[in-house]
Amino acid sequence: MIAAARAILRKDLLIELRTKESVPAMTLFALTVYVLFHFGLDRDSLDGELAAGVLWVTLLLAAVIGVSRLFAAEREQGGIEGLLLAPVDRTALFVAKAVGLFAMLVVVEVVAVPTFGLLLLGPGLGGALPELLAVFLLGNLGIAAVGALVAALAAETRARELIVPILLLPLLVPVLISCAQATEPLFRQEQGPEDLARWLGLLSLYDVVFVLLSVAVFDYLLED
Amino acid sequence: MEVESAPGQDVGAGLLEAAAHLGAVVDDQAEVARPVRWSRIGLGHGDELIAHVEEGHARQAPAQLEVEEPSVELERRFEVADFERHVIDAHQPRHMCSIGFAAMEPAIELEGLERRYGERVALAGVTVSLAAGSTLAVLGANGAGKTTLLRVLAGLLRPHSGRVRVLGCELPRERWRIQGRVGYLGHEALLYRELTGRENLRYHARLHGVDDSRVDGMLAAVGMARRADEPLRDLSRGMVQRLAAARAVLHDPALLLLDEPRAHLDPAAGELLEPLIGRASGRTRLLVSHDVEGALTEADLALGLKGGRQAFAGVVEADGGRQAGAGAIGAEAARELYR
Repeated sequence: MIAAARAILRKDLLIELRTKESVPAMTLFALTVYVLFHFGLDRDSLDGELAAGVLWVTLLLAAVIGVSRLFAAEREQGGIEGLLLAPVDRTALFVAKAVGLFAMLVVVEVVAVPTFGLLLLGPGLGGALPELLAVFLLGNLGIAAVGALVAALAAETRARELIVPILLLPLLVPVLISCAQATEPLFRQEQGPEDLARWLGLLSLYDVVFVLLSVAVFDYLLED
Repeated sequence: MEVESAPGQDVGAGLLEAAAHLGAVVDDQAEVARPVRWSRIGLGHGDELIAHVEEGHARQAPAQLEVEEPSVELERRFEVADFERHVIDAHQPRHMCSIGFAAMEPAIELEGLERRYGERVALAGVTVSLAAGSTLAVLGANGAGKTTLLRVLAGLLRPHSGRVRVLGCELPRERWRIQGRVGYLGHEALLYRELTGRENLRYHARLHGVDDSRVDGMLAAVGMARRADEPLRDLSRGMVQRLAAARAVLHDPALLLLDEPRAHLDPAAGELLEPLIGRASGRTRLLVSHDVEGALTEADLALGLKGGRQAFAGVVEADGGRQAGAGAIGAEAARELYR
């Protein structure tokens, strides 16, 4: 299973490196939205709840682009059939797609989050970096698990561009709430009481539930 | 010495007769295989006893041959064939000759297969059986259900009713058991345009648990070694088809499902692929083609589909369907499908 997942992941990363389709589009989208917020809100800096909300809503919307493209090569070039013909556990496909999406989100955030800090954020990012990394790690894991599941579900449907956001965004509401709530104290001008552990715990629980759920149902998603 | 059984005669009977010539005792518990066209037994160049049956069948016929008298005289004219065979050392002291053939199941068995797309019936009442090592030509006009049939047999589509057994596995219940044992060469190459031929084959090798070293051999076999490191988007359709053929046989499948396999290929490339996907491959094959004469020449059996219904199924007439024979399928009957 691990060898197959590695082969699929390696193939996906090679294709992304050569086509440069998903990651640049996701990054550009996130940067554009931050610029729009910068001008739309007509404020030089944001903090607290507003900053956390803008950061995470933008990242979730950027993730929709990546999820929509996650099975593009498979769909357009018969890759799913190639996988179904091989003696490969479909969990390997889920793992590869989820890890691939996780990696794409990390690359997007490496560019988008500092840009957000420069364009919109009042308090600096540096002080709360370890906590922020923990939130991003767990948030990305949840987005990746649900994203791979929704991408597989939509892969063989005609209206996949509609299905992905319609399914993905409601499923990610708990991630959005947890990430925004966990990030909000870190973006305050003045540090107050933090509830970070509670929200990280909730995020972890969400991640575990959705990883297990995805593994359980993934086999049936690609059935005829 | 060479013994040849008559067409339709059990392999078992042929070998029992041969065993008697060797002065051997035959284990009466030996299983008898299903009929094949001929079988042979004899002495190889290295004084070894050789028992083999027709190409393709030998794979499924694990024979054990032990002779009572190792020094039994045999005429040294037996031809060691290229195809897979079972070699038994005649000089090992044995006191019993036992010839055992595992009872061979047909590679494909269909009974009343039906498949629909929504309300539209794509296949109905398809009933055919194909022995291991044989070739079935599937003929019919566009939309007759040929590709649907192949996809059902590959486990990519579920049959909606009827019985489908592929390589001894009931579909769709045991679909997982045929994964990796079927080679599928369809309209889509199932290769990625952004990857090179080598990268594509390595990817499939890893999915099938095949050693990477086999990839170079396959690239050479399809004449693509020189251009193996170019992305597929830069290659011609014929070259991609050659790579798709390499992909289909990379894992040495027992069953090949071929949908217009020579589409886009020039004659030289067609010849190049013959040992891999042609009759010479020795594999059980299902061949979909609009080249009626060509398909019948290659096939043992033919299945005709018209509007998803089975128009005929049976043995192909001798000489690629050109010679008339009672009850056999000929080119004329096949051409009726297109009218």
